Amino acid sequence: MSSYEARLKVWRGDEQGGGLRDFTVEVNDGEVVLDIVHRLQATQAPDLAVRWNCKAGKCGSCSAEINGRPRLMCMTRMSVFDRAETITITPLRAFPVIRDLVTDVGFNYQKAREVPAFVPPAGLGPGEYRMAQEDVDRSQEFRKCIECFLCQDTCHVVRDHEENKQAFAGPRFLMRIAELDMHPLDAAAERGLDRGRTAQDEHGLGYCNITKCCTEVCPEGIKITDNALIPMKERAVDRKYDPLVWLGSKIRRRTP
Amino acid sequence: MSVVDRQEWDVVVVGAGGAGLRAAIEARERGARTAVICKSLFGKAHTVMAEGGIAAAMANVNERDSWQVHFRDTMRGGKFLNQWRMAELLAHEAPDRVWELETWGALFDRTKDGRISQRNFGGHEYPRLAHVGDRTGLELIRTLQQEIVVLQQEDFEETGEYESRLKVFQECTVTRILKDGGPSGTGGTPAEGPGRVSGVFAYERESGRFFVLEAPAVVLATGGIGKSFKVTSNSWEYTGDGHALALLAGAPLMNMEFVQFHPTGMAWPPSVKGILVTESVRGDGGVLMNSEGKRFMFDYIPDVFKEKYAESEEEADRWYEDPDNNRRPPELLPRDEVARAINAEVKEGRGSPHGGVFLDVSTRMPAEVIRRRLPSMYHQFKELADVDITAEAMEVGPTCHYVMGGVAVDSDTAAARGVPGLYAAGEVAGGMHGSNRLGGNSLSDLLVFGRRAGWHAAEYAEASAGRRPPVDDSQIDMAAAEALRPFSAEREGEAGPPENAYTLHQELQQAMNDLVGIIRREGEMEQALHKLAELRVRARRAGVEGHRQFNPGWHLALDLRNMLLVSECVARAALERTESRGGHTREDHPTMDRAWRNVSLLCALADPTGGLAATDPARGQIRLTRETTDPIRPDLLALFEKEELVKYLAEEELYE
Repeated sequence: MSSYEARLKVWRGDEQGGGLRDFTVEVNDGEVVLDIVHRLQATQAPDLAVRWNCKAGKCGSCSAEINGRPRLMCMTRMSVFDRAETITITPLRAFPVIRDLVTDVGFNYQKAREVPAFVPPAGLGPGEYRMAQEDVDRSQEFRKCIECFLCQDTCHVVRDHEENKQAFAGPRFLMRIAELDMHPLDAAAERGLDRGRTAQDEHGLGYCNITKCCTEVCPEGIKITDNALIPMKERAVDRKYDPLVWLGSKIRRRTP
Repeated sequence: MSVVDRQEWDVVVVGAGGAGLRAAIEARERGARTAVICKSLFGKAHTVMAEGGIAAAMANVNERDSWQVHFRDTMRGGKFLNQWRMAELLAHEAPDRVWELETWGALFDRTKDGRISQRNFGGHEYPRLAHVGDRTGLELIRTLQQEIVVLQQEDFEETGEYESRLKVFQECTVTRILKDGGPSGTGGTPAEGPGRVSGVFAYERESGRFFVLEAPAVVLATGGIGKSFKVTSNSWEYTGDGHALALLAGAPLMNMEFVQFHPTGMAWPPSVKGILVTESVRGDGGVLMNSEGKRFMFDYIPDVFKEKYAESEEEADRWYEDPDNNRRPPELLPRDEVARAINAEVKEGRGSPHGGVFLDVSTRMPAEVIRRRLPSMYHQFKELADVDITAEAMEVGPTCHYVMGGVAVDSDTAAARGVPGLYAAGEVAGGMHGSNRLGGNSLSDLLVFGRRAGWHAAEYAEASAGRRPPVDDSQIDMAAAEALRPFSAEREGEAGPPENAYTLHQELQQAMNDLVGIIRREGEMEQALHKLAELRVRARRAGVEGHRQFNPGWHLALDLRNMLLVSECVARAALERTESRGGHTREDHPTMDRAWRNVSLLCALADPTGGLAATDPARGQIRLTRETTDPIRPDLLALFEKEELVKYLAEEELYE
């Protein structure tokens, strides 16, 4: 076991403004950034605001930007940094600051409400659902999401473009649409709801230009771009440019 | 008088984990305007950390399973101290609660024929746990969260507002339950009975602002108390808030001496010590070994379980493929047994380098199977400990995981005793699990009793319409003064300097861990009560720097009151119970005593007006009373063999 003193810059302030403050904090073997923030609270800055909960990478509360990169503080080990390096911790940039490392993530909860939920199949009661494992694998991958909102934070569509927030649900909620679309028993289509189309028309799928930043920061390793966003984009393209689909829509339009 | 924002609701649910959200869904569906208050963001509750699964006798994997078998296992696990009617309801209703989740969009792992897959777990006779890899809790919380959104979307269609009938107040903390009947809430009118619930007093973490939700019915669903212990698998929210709120409102707690130490928490590195390693590791074939490479659990099968567990490694290993003709491996004994065994091995000097024992899956299944079945564990060890569990053994040791004790409730309605309008469900409620909870029964508990609490709270609220209990202004003033006290601690000049809340918390955790931990001794528990008394005095001087806006130091200073109260309950009850049973092990009384089988210890506040002045260590703030539990219904007793019952029940209970 070897301890050392780490140099930290931590953003402190509120919606009125603020700045980076310098701290020197003890670090022990095996510790993660959140441990260091906690030690800072207990010994030097008792009112330092930070969100956290499980400290095991399962709840997605302690999201922040460490040296500019969106990460979970509880899953970032101090050993990944050079001991001489000064570590900078700042709040998520895409969301308004409340205080210190805590931001207002209400945007995400608002977007969650705008996605139509799972539609249970008519005629199947509780206990009667039958699905093959292979058919639920893909949606299960998306349901691993811990809603840390790092993907929402890093996505360049909204990161530096506040004006896009209105029209764009962000990777997390586009992936939610994909999850429901790929659910083997979702009966949205029977109710006349085309999930793929709403992704394009109402949730801003078109804004995504597949730079894969979301996938890179996902602490759960979900292939957001490859497995959720691109397949939905392909379907949207199929609908728009597939000659048969195009012809079908023309023919249908002619019948009164 | 303090000016605080007031809103009227029908039902207020405190806590947004599995039990709270299920209660809120039920109350709202039964027509009650329902508010949910939670300390964290919506969807982050401790339930997300549940890994293994939901126990429900659906019989998808072994058709011999039934509610009767589940009931039997649950009673055995709890060493027959369970509030048996709750165990019966849980075993009966759990399958419906799981299937209901599917209709709300949950995606469980599947069997070959497309049904919900079920896995083996400690103490469960058949594979019974519906699961999603090792992240079942996340699936449960997300499904309930999304069902709340469905209801809000419906309300939006009808009323134009998402939150007109169901609203989540996230990042808010309740500090007091309000009651009618004068300043202390104990007066009440003869017609209405003693002090009915009239609402809750809370603060918003973000702004520090106070507010009151007026409601005739309040459901406590706040989870457990693990943050009073140093080594714990519990998150920061687990400060015993609901337990303390109930006590302060005049509702007794029961069975508080029973605290479950999960046998397998991470043992290294120190900063993650205590983080859970799911029981699924053992359910799926993982084995426990000491430093001599011996599978030591075979030496620790207690007499009551002798007939049910394998005697040799060969038999244990055959069981995974052929459970009908072999007995189960002793690694799958109930958690209290395994935790004690690990503790004993370490004490005998056969522990691992970091003071635990070895848990190995690497030699038991192929790497790719491990990664598929235990993805979070693989990830957790890789990221936090640099250990590749497909190639080497994990180091694990006991960690404070769950409190079996809690608010004494009516089995069918989840109503708390003595406080009309107060309900409790999930970990904060007592009785269901007796002296020890089986893995997987927690998630079913949340759903079964969350629903029941929401249902009965909504009915009670409807019956109270037109005669809603008034909120007493002086109670609001007192609650506000109590919450603001840490800001003036320095100026009040009580004897001694202001205290740091973080330091007090660390001392409390250390004391509970060392003195009221997994193995208990009379002298140490008396020492603990003295330490708690000292901490109570110092906690009154816990000061706060800064202002009210999102100030964790202030929040912790307020949570200390709750942790100190529940810690005293645990220590006092543990000192009183002179036997060892389930999650209560006395070195000085090492065996189970049948005379204690039907005795529950109830904790109540010494000062019935809810005052907290008493600091004398001998007297403390808690009074204990003994209570004889209801005899187990004969048709339920008949589910067991007589030979088994004689191990648990006193003579007179057997021949009644």
